[in-house]
Amino acid sequence: MKQYVIIGNGVAAAASIEGIRSRDSQGLITVVSKEKYPVYCRPLISYLLEGKTDLTRMQYRDPDFYKNNKAEVLYGVSAEKLSSGKVELDNGSSLPFDECIVATGSDPFVLPFKGLDTVENKYTFQTLDDALAIEKAIRKDSRVFIVGAGLIGLKCAEGLTGRVGSITVCDLADRVLSSILDAPTASIVQKHLEKNGMSFLLADSASEFKKNADGAYTALMSSGKSVDFDILVLAVGVRAGTRLVKEAGGKVERGIVIDEACRTSLDHVYAAGDCAQTMELTQGTSKVMAILPNAYLEGYTAGVNAASEDAGSPAAVFDNAIAMNSIGFMGLHIMSAGSAPEGCQVYEEKDQDHWKKLFTKDGYLTGFMLVGDIDRAGIYTNMIRNRIPLSEVDFESMKKLPNLYAFGEKYRHHILTGEV
Amino acid sequence: MKRVYVNEQWCLGCHLCEYNCAYANSPKAGQGLYGMVDALKDKPIFPRITIESTDEDASCADPSQTAISYAVQCRHCTDPICVKSCISGALHKENGTVVIDHDKCVGCFTCILVCPYGAITHDDTGAVQKCELCLKNTAGKPACVAGCPNAAIVFEER
Repeated sequence: MKQYVIIGNGVAAAASIEGIRSRDSQGLITVVSKEKYPVYCRPLISYLLEGKTDLTRMQYRDPDFYKNNKAEVLYGVSAEKLSSGKVELDNGSSLPFDECIVATGSDPFVLPFKGLDTVENKYTFQTLDDALAIEKAIRKDSRVFIVGAGLIGLKCAEGLTGRVGSITVCDLADRVLSSILDAPTASIVQKHLEKNGMSFLLADSASEFKKNADGAYTALMSSGKSVDFDILVLAVGVRAGTRLVKEAGGKVERGIVIDEACRTSLDHVYAAGDCAQTMELTQGTSKVMAILPNAYLEGYTAGVNAASEDAGSPAAVFDNAIAMNSIGFMGLHIMSAGSAPEGCQVYEEKDQDHWKKLFTKDGYLTGFMLVGDIDRAGIYTNMIRNRIPLSEVDFESMKKLPNLYAFGEKYRHHILTGEV
Repeated sequence: MKRVYVNEQWCLGCHLCEYNCAYANSPKAGQGLYGMVDALKDKPIFPRITIESTDEDASCADPSQTAISYAVQCRHCTDPICVKSCISGALHKENGTVVIDHDKCVGCFTCILVCPYGAITHDDTGAVQKCELCLKNTAGKPACVAGCPNAAIVFEER
């Protein structure tokens, strides 16, 4: 009987369990969970603040998930060291394994701002405990200052909207969501957020934090401006949880490097989710793509392969990872997928409420950016992920509205008259 | 399992399936024609089935051909990418049918971002909607099929 150890208890870990159990109903699965909660999806914590979900509803799987899958979870325990065939834990014990899946996620990094230690009311926004701590700290008149206008910072801001006195967000970048949007589309989003009460200080950073006599704080900005606040949220960025694999001598760059079978460079060690780095299809470069669909697909792939006999070619591969995001702020939906490679052609449509950009290169759709009208966007995503050549599609029709007609009769009949 | 399949050559492009779908999934469902009028008349409708028609979408039109139309709804894929991509665990499979737990859904639309067939939709409040084969509503079997005047959509085992 095989012994599996999964380090981490997020979505990639849950997917690993499901992947293992699709092949092996008997093996022993042990999950090392630093957090004391059953699997939940971290991006839901902003919806928790907003009141769109609660602690029960945000459970990713049924209460009996671990029991039904015969997986034992060690709550409140961290893995300290990974060595050949063994994981050492911070409670002094160690777990032997035949196959190990590292699903350690990522951790927020905090820049060494001057005077940061004078701010007691400071939080990161990554885990359920972070959200519960913020929930406890906020008052109706709290002035919240968020450092970072990326996905994490802005979702936190949305979650707090209407629940606090004011929200100010700063970022070193000159626009919001700089990792997924270009300047023109970012400005639509920024205006929408400002209309909903947020204030922004962009292309600016905090140079010093000070505690004032009244118990509140002030951030002195490099632009010379200053921001008075009661609560600080640090959402500068995250780092992949690579330590265990790195110290064990595995190949690590920005994340743990994995192949299309989700294997690390260490024998019998797999990695999945936000801690991992894998090939991005449209750019052909290896990247950390910390998004949920990839976490699940990698976790499941790792699980299947860990549970299969090593017979040369892997039992499962995940070889079409792309970066993609769907995110909404107060009713405005934004989607992006793939990339806009150098020298690509751009198809663009815009009016007051929506903006569409499609990027094509060398006969393929490589990426898109949609603000406002996002209906049926998955048809575009499918073209990117499955490398459907533009020559096989009526792209003139497709670029105006995603549709199945443009793929021609054969494909359409395949989908609509049979099982897929 | 039984799924909804399309007979494209019989589709009149009448959109009745969209109306029957919107009604079957509305709070007024099961109250006959008056209920239907109450639920749909002069209101924007948000069906879980979509008619694609070369007649109505000029970008698809090819004057050399007769108009083509057909209905698209969830294919209840064997290996659904929407379920694997769902951030809240709201989308899941029950006896082969891809269903959504509306209590868990937070409306992030990742499912719309990944569905290769454009089959997942949303209503005006931003809530995700998808075809559940009418197994959970009062219709009990696909209302789109029951109301199709020309057998252009059928519910059967293939």
